[in-house]
Amino acid sequence: MQDESGKTTTRRGFLQAGAAMGAGAMLAGTTAAAQSADPLITEIQPWAQGLGDGVDASPYGLPIRFETDVVRRNVSWLTADVISSINFTPIHALDGTITPQGCAFERHHSGAIELAKEDYRLMINGLVDTPLVFTYEDLERFPRTTRTFFLECAANTGMEWAGAQLNGSQFTHGMIHNMEYTGVTLRTLLDEAGIKPEGKWLFVEGADASSNGRSIPMEKALDDCMIAFKANGEALRKEHGYPVRLVVPGWEGNLWVKWLRRLEVTDAPVESREETSKYTDTMADGTSRKWTWVMDAKSVITAPSPQMPIKHGAGPLVITGLAWSGRGAISRVDVSLDGGITWKEARLAAPGQDMALTRFYFDHVWDGSEMLIQSRAMDSTGYVQPTKAQLREVRGMNSVYHNNCIQTWWVKPNGEAENVEVS
Amino acid sequence: MSKYPKLLLIAALAFGGSPALAQKMGLGRAALPEEVAAWDKDVRPDGLGLPEGSGDVLTGEEVFSDKCAACHGEFAEGVDNWPKLAGGKGTLNREDPLKTVGSYWPHLSTVWDYVNRSMPFGNAQSLTADEVYAITAYILYSNDLVEDDFVLSNENFASFELPNAGGFFVDDRDQTELAAFGAAPCMENCKPEVKITMHATVLDVTPGDPTDDAPAAEVVEVTAEAPEAAPEVVAEAAPALDPELVAAGEKVFKKCAACHKVGDKAKNGSGPMLNGIVGRAAGSVDGFRYSSALMDAAAGGLVWDADALHVFLEKPKSFLPKTKMSFAGLKKAEDRDAIIAYLSTFGG
Repeated sequence: MQDESGKTTTRRGFLQAGAAMGAGAMLAGTTAAAQSADPLITEIQPWAQGLGDGVDASPYGLPIRFETDVVRRNVSWLTADVISSINFTPIHALDGTITPQGCAFERHHSGAIELAKEDYRLMINGLVDTPLVFTYEDLERFPRTTRTFFLECAANTGMEWAGAQLNGSQFTHGMIHNMEYTGVTLRTLLDEAGIKPEGKWLFVEGADASSNGRSIPMEKALDDCMIAFKANGEALRKEHGYPVRLVVPGWEGNLWVKWLRRLEVTDAPVESREETSKYTDTMADGTSRKWTWVMDAKSVITAPSPQMPIKHGAGPLVITGLAWSGRGAISRVDVSLDGGITWKEARLAAPGQDMALTRFYFDHVWDGSEMLIQSRAMDSTGYVQPTKAQLREVRGMNSVYHNNCIQTWWVKPNGEAENVEVS
Repeated sequence: MSKYPKLLLIAALAFGGSPALAQKMGLGRAALPEEVAAWDKDVRPDGLGLPEGSGDVLTGEEVFSDKCAACHGEFAEGVDNWPKLAGGKGTLNREDPLKTVGSYWPHLSTVWDYVNRSMPFGNAQSLTADEVYAITAYILYSNDLVEDDFVLSNENFASFELPNAGGFFVDDRDQTELAAFGAAPCMENCKPEVKITMHATVLDVTPGDPTDDAPAAEVVEVTAEAPEAAPEVVAEAAPALDPELVAAGEKVFKKCAACHKVGDKAKNGSGPMLNGIVGRAAGSVDGFRYSSALMDAAAGGLVWDADALHVFLEKPKSFLPKTKMSFAGLKKAEDRDAIIAYLSTFGG
């Protein structure tokens, strides 16, 4: 854009500055000298002269077109089709802790259905004094609560159990999102029906064709579970269960039934498909753990990572990631740059909240040499995120779900990163 | 103090409630018994929730072939990536265990419950109780767990135990993992050296950049530009398609997309790929194994023109009683119009 003469006048000056500015100078924090005047500054740009869109251009705004790569992605070979399937949150490109609904991962068993508020009914039946039916409007009249929680699929990182497989934090750790939910506690709703003393379990069921149903111990249901009709301030998206989904803080995502239609108080678990043949963890001897509901402490560096190579060369580098625990709040995150030989404490963006994502930063001055970067989360119960070797020692090689191992990215001198497994 | 309970009682009565309900909001209404019966269909391992009925293996084989085999295979062995329901015996302690009803599932009730509430895929809750008993019996037979004269009913159901019934134990992480993973973490000299033992790029199974995927929308744009480039082709094509109808058809096609693929990379799946289907002779996609019913119709000269597709898609089983396609049909004429328009955009 700039005319040639403009460049040549300052060319010599740039060469001199460049010669003086080795890696050492960068590490010392010396500000780089400009090669020539930046036309983005010296020339009047079209956006500084003309006019932008009017306020009626997009009544509901979408991300600007430069961000079209920050989207959910799926891995087609994982499932037989895209209806009973899953996609992944672009965590590599997000920051902060709240996941925007539009790019929060989806998992459906019979597709994302369209269920209007007028057609919505919630039934409470089973071991209750009065079986009840609520309309959506009824639910909005109960005392309301707003809380932020992560939702992690039990299969998140499952493809990595046998070895490093998918190259990107979106694919290895993107079956997670974190939203601020507004709704009504299950305790409030169940009290309305009156739980009989023998009611020890709650079977929760969705309205879609998969009629996904799970059994939840009554103690958990009454402790902190809620139904949600809003996420991040607005109505749930279709793909997340509009108009009403279940929120089961800290527990595996499959329990968070979407399009929730029924709460049945029972004296025993139903042992449905999703709590027997799926989401159970097979050990080396062939026996399997069931009812592994709580998601243990876990973390991942979201950038740099395979989809987020370092493009700026040596010098100041922000290493950042997410940490979470289904058992409580994140109390500390450590980062290693040498594959786990040495660890240093990262900086939490804010104190950890119970069962919600925590953002961490590790401010580093990179010397341009290769790194094996890892993060390790600790939670308020004292639990320390294990290595894959530690998990395999207990569970063997055949497990899939509930993999909360430490992740390694190999950052090469050119700034590219790769998913690797280390000794 | 003694005054207050009385006041509460009066207040509660004034609002039409009873003292016991004083804490309640009084929202919602009582569920009717027939409403509870309509939704409360889950079945437990002890048989609670099972309706009366029965089904035998041979009937099950027929129903399975008709309604399940398109995805799960004639012998419950699974097609493509769809779940395998049989086999895998003795593999649970080996590498890549095969988890099926016979090898892994602990309770037969789960099979009945899942088939009854969630299957067939795309036409859930369409089976009669007897059909579900029959399908369940056939799945047992496919796993060599019963003979071909076996009859399953609500009477003998609870007495049947699957091989892996004792193969599960309740989450023991508190005992087996928490202590080990709760030690003060090491900060320095945690191991003598580190070596990379595995690279994800070696497997090369990560999807490429989103722009590599060539979304269908771009394909449609190309066809829309075709008139100038190749007028002859357009002359052959049917009258110009209404883009709104095509877009509506793309939505409706989601019901079919589990089994049928269209577009550049379309391959046969559980159903044949459908590029060029409109106007093509029936049963003519290479490499797809059609039902004999469809091949008979093809031999009789069936051509999938818009009229034939209309009739077929309205109720496939009426048009072709023995078709492998387990799909209930598109009742609305506008849905059929839309899907035919959408399919017309994919040339052979």
